[in-house]
This record gives sequence, structure tokens and C-alpha cells, in this order.
Amino acid sequence: MLMLRFEKPLYDLRAKINELEEMGKRSDKDMTKEIQHFEQAAEEFAEELYANLTPSQKIQIARHPERPNFKDLVDRISENFVEFHGDREGTDDRAIAGGPATIDGIPVMIVGTYKGKSTKDNLIHNFGMPQPQGYRKALRLFKHAERFNMPIITLIDTPGAYPGIKAEETAQGTAIAVNLAELAKLKVPVIAIITGEGCSGGALGLAVANKVLMFEHAYYTVISPEGCASILWRDAALADKAAEALKITADDLLKFDIIDDIIKEPRGGAHYDYDLTAKNLKKKILKNLKELMSKSADELRNERYEKFRTKGVIAK
Amino acid sequence: MTIKDWFNKRKELQIAHRELEEAQIDDSIGKLWIKCYNCNAQLLKKDVEDNLDVCPQCNYHFRINSEKRIQQLFDEGSFKEMFTDVLPTDPLNFEDTETYKNRLKSAKEKTNLNEAVKCGEAKIDGERVSAAVMDFEYMGGSMGSVVGEKITRAMEYALQEKIPMIAVTASGGARMQESALSLMQMAKTSCAVARLNEAGLLYITVLTEPTFGGVTASFATLGDIIIAEQGARIGFAGRRVIEQTIKQSLPSDFQTAEYLMKYGQIDILSTRKDLKATISNLLKLHKPYVVKEETVKKVKEVSEKKTTTAKKKTVSKKKKVKVEA
Repeated sequence: MLMLRFEKPLYDLRAKINELEEMGKRSDKDMTKEIQHFEQAAEEFAEELYANLTPSQKIQIARHPERPNFKDLVDRISENFVEFHGDREGTDDRAIAGGPATIDGIPVMIVGTYKGKSTKDNLIHNFGMPQPQGYRKALRLFKHAERFNMPIITLIDTPGAYPGIKAEETAQGTAIAVNLAELAKLKVPVIAIITGEGCSGGALGLAVANKVLMFEHAYYTVISPEGCASILWRDAALADKAAEALKITADDLLKFDIIDDIIKEPRGGAHYDYDLTAKNLKKKILKNLKELMSKSADELRNERYEKFRTKGVIAK
Repeated sequence: MTIKDWFNKRKELQIAHRELEEAQIDDSIGKLWIKCYNCNAQLLKKDVEDNLDVCPQCNYHFRINSEKRIQQLFDEGSFKEMFTDVLPTDPLNFEDTETYKNRLKSAKEKTNLNEAVKCGEAKIDGERVSAAVMDFEYMGGSMGSVVGEKITRAMEYALQEKIPMIAVTASGGARMQESALSLMQMAKTSCAVARLNEAGLLYITVLTEPTFGGVTASFATLGDIIIAEQGARIGFAGRRVIEQTIKQSLPSDFQTAEYLMKYGQIDILSTRKDLKATISNLLKLHKPYVVKEETVKKVKEVSEKKTTTAKKKTVSKKKKVKVEA
């Protein structure tokens, strides 16, 4: 497990405990009491550390290379997943993945951004940064879901839509815009979950949903803190400051009515326990699915319109 | 006084007079002349203004503000501004090198505008339209809660009155100082466009210099008809961001209206001079406007509900933020 910078004191403490255990084994002296003492200290320290994470520490967790990705989550929350490929116009953008599956027997369409785990993997999936063709593939899957009356679940973990020459030539902005408007029109329930990074229009292109949920240590923002710092402070190194100012944590976004609910993560982050993470996720998905599936197509569309219609804060 | 003194005195007077004259000339030159960014020609400002702020020599289109755009695009005196009571606030207490509150204040002083978009009803060759005209001079035309709200209201007004909607964009993208709240404006305006689509109402967008980021990725590129003004730069990611990402320099015409035309992203490339006639013709071609009553009714219900709740919410949020602070 890759240790994050701010976790070092905790790892040091655990190393000391291991040392003591070794020493206890080698000598006749009984070390149980000391070990217990240190273990309790480590426990208390961890509780406090992880309960008071700063926005930039949460970003480190959200970007952890071992954070469960699309496949890790889909394998654990659903059964019978079949991946569909391609936009039917010449491209299969691997930064987006999706297909039908069942969750507790309920047929659904799962679509999400895909981050690789290794460098080789990441090159295939473009570090989870979709091209316009990825958004068009997602839209094709949304329409498929609508035709076959499947609720849609989107799993979002992206540093943003890819900024490149080909992306601009093939209309990145239009591809995202079309998804926003088309998601608004869908006749089936849509649940969006920000599982890691939720950066800008690249994330929103999959998140115009009836319910928007967010993992405890995920972040959701209009611009990456690095980008914001380099524009407003003219110094990308001030990203920590920007992260504070942008109010990007799940707690803040719940307060500003941007998201509907927060999904708890195992202590320290989702990468410490994939199964528990998936269990929490599945529970929330099922709860929201049950609520939304009882609604008519008209109700779903009107609610989605009203939900985004009221977003924003203006002066009284 | 010797003859020599007399000459000296005359010379001094002449120099003083010349200095004074030069100073005056310099001052007036600054006001009267401008330089074309494209062909470097020294141009009489009045000539440029009489030519719709287009360089008479090379046809370069200067950036113009919302006031001039409204003058050029709509019938004289026909634009009636609406929703002027929708005003910005600072929900996040945002501060970078300057507080957002101060930025709002100085933007208002500089431009004499309340926000980065003007919305209202206007006429084009006698044809009624609902219009939203963005202004790049106000905080780079960035879209925050107010811009999103006003544009959405303009669209709802178009539905209610069953008249076509026209949006003229000029924006650097979303307003960072409102963070996720400004991101939501992309969703909000796009949801409103979805309703226009459902109702069968004509929606025309005019992309002008510059149109980027969150505005490109929402209502700007959702027009039934997309017109781009000659020479305008339009794109999703900024040029610098792309260069840094791909580590190579980009072609000089990258992200221009002409470039977008080449790649099939816009319907019409128009000069400023032809813009009004182009839109006028399109309006006529799409008549009669048949609008689905059902959608109009639905939107009206939601927008009525919204106006009250949005105000209540604003108050409660302000309280919450204060308590935290």
C-alpha cells in the first residue's frame, strides 16, 4: 500500500510497534503492556488523523493510485456485467466504460470513467480523461438504457475531459453539452456517484442525475485546484490554498446543495478496504433505486429539471 | 531690449507653444486612433466604429461589449432589458489575491454592468425574440449563478411567449470564484435548452470572440443553429492548457471560427456586417413557430416554484455560512 505523505507519523508508529514485537520475541522480557500501549496510541492517532482531513489531504486520497476504479466497484456491486464498446462512429474511447448488469437482480446500465492501475493500463485508458468520443459512447449507452427501461448508474472518477488537439477538432465542448441536455431528457432514473475525482465539465457530462452521491473523500469542482491556483494566484504550487477556497469536499458540497448524500469510506480511504467500500456503495444505490423506480418518466424528468433549475446562489 | 533679446524671447515662446501643441496632439491621438491587432494599421477610431468595430483594411473583428452588440444586432431601441434584479453574491466567501466581493465591485465600476450577461426581449427586423447577450468586459464574461439564472429565465420567457431564443456568447468559461455552484449553471442552462428542444422552440446561438470552457460545454453549443462570428476564438480547453498537456505548439488558426467550420462544428460562419440579416432570414425560414403547450405549462410550474424557494434557500445558506465563520 502506497503511504501518503500525511500518513507518515502513523506508519512510523506502526513500525515501532513491529520493532517491539520483534524484541519481545527475541528476549524473555514481557512487552505485551508496552505494545498494547503503543497500539492504543496508534489507534487514537489514526482516528483523529482521518477524522480531520484537510481538503488537500482528501485530494491525495481521491487520487490514490490504488483507489478502487470502475472495474473494482462494478465487480463488487453488480452481477452479470457485460461491457459494451465504441461510439459506432469509429472510436472506442477506453476512458469511458459501461454496459448492462444487475444489482441485486435489478437490471441497470452502469457507465463510468475508467482509470487504470498501472502505467500501461493508464495509457490505454488515458488516465480516465475522456475524449469527445467517450462522451458519445456514454450517450449511446444512456439511450440504450432508456429504450430497455433500465435505470442508469454513473461512476465518476476523472481529472477532467482531455485537453488535446483531436479533442478540440472533434468538439469536446459540444460532446459534453449534448450529454447535459440529453441526460435531462431521459425517461429512466439516473444516479450519479462521484467516486474519486470529479473535475469540471468532464465529470458533469455524466452527472446530470436525479440523485448525485459522493464518496466521503472524493472531490467535485469546477476546475482542478492546480488549474485554479495557476490562473488566480499565478502559481500552481498554491493548489492547497485553492483547494480550501473552492470548497470541494463532500461535506461542503452537501451544505451547498450540490450533492444529495455522502457514501462512507473505510477509515483512511476506499483503498484500505474495497469490499467494505463496495458494500456501502451498493447499499446507497439500492436505497435510491427503490425510491426512483416507483416514479413515472414524467416525474423523473420534471424532478431532474427542477433539481438543476434551483442550483446556484444569488443575492436576495 | 536688444534685437538679440527679442529673438530669444520669440524662440522661447515658440518652443512653449509647440510643446503645448504637441501635448495636445498626443492626447487626442490616443483618443482618436487605434491600431489593428491583426494588420497593425493605424486606424481612425471613428472609421472603425462606423464599420461595426471591424478593421476597414483587413476585416479584423474587434471584440465588442454587450451594449454595442445589442445596438448592432437588434432593431433600434427594441431591446428591453429584463431580470435586472438578479444580482451576484459571494456564497463561498472566496478569496484569492483579491476577495470575490471586491472583484464584483470593481467589475461593476469598470463596466457599469450588474453582471456578465444582459437578457431581455428585442426585435430583429420586427420579429420578436428573447435574447441573452454576454459581456466579456465583466470578469471575462464568466458564468456564475447569476449568468446561469438570467439565461435560464430568458429561455423560460421565450417558452412562455413562444418566441425564438437567441444567445450571443463571449466568455472565458465558468466563474471559479463560485466553484461547484458555477459548474451547476452548465447543467441548469443545458436543462433549459432541453426544454426548448422538447417544446420545438427555435434556439439560435451566436458564438463570438471568445467563447470557452463551461460556456462552450453547455448552452453555447446546443443551438438548433450555431453561428460563429468571423475570427472568433472558440474552444473547450484553453490554448495554454493544451500546449502544456501535449507539449507541442499549436497551429495559428487553432480554435478559430474558421477552424471550427472546417471541422463541422458550426452551421454558419458570418461576418459582423451580415449577422443581423443572417439571423433575420433564419427566423423567417423557421416560421410559423409551433410550440408544444404541455412543455410550456410544465416549465411555468417549475419556474414559479423555483423563484420562491431560491430566495428562501439563499437566506438560509447565508445564515449557515455565517454560523460557520
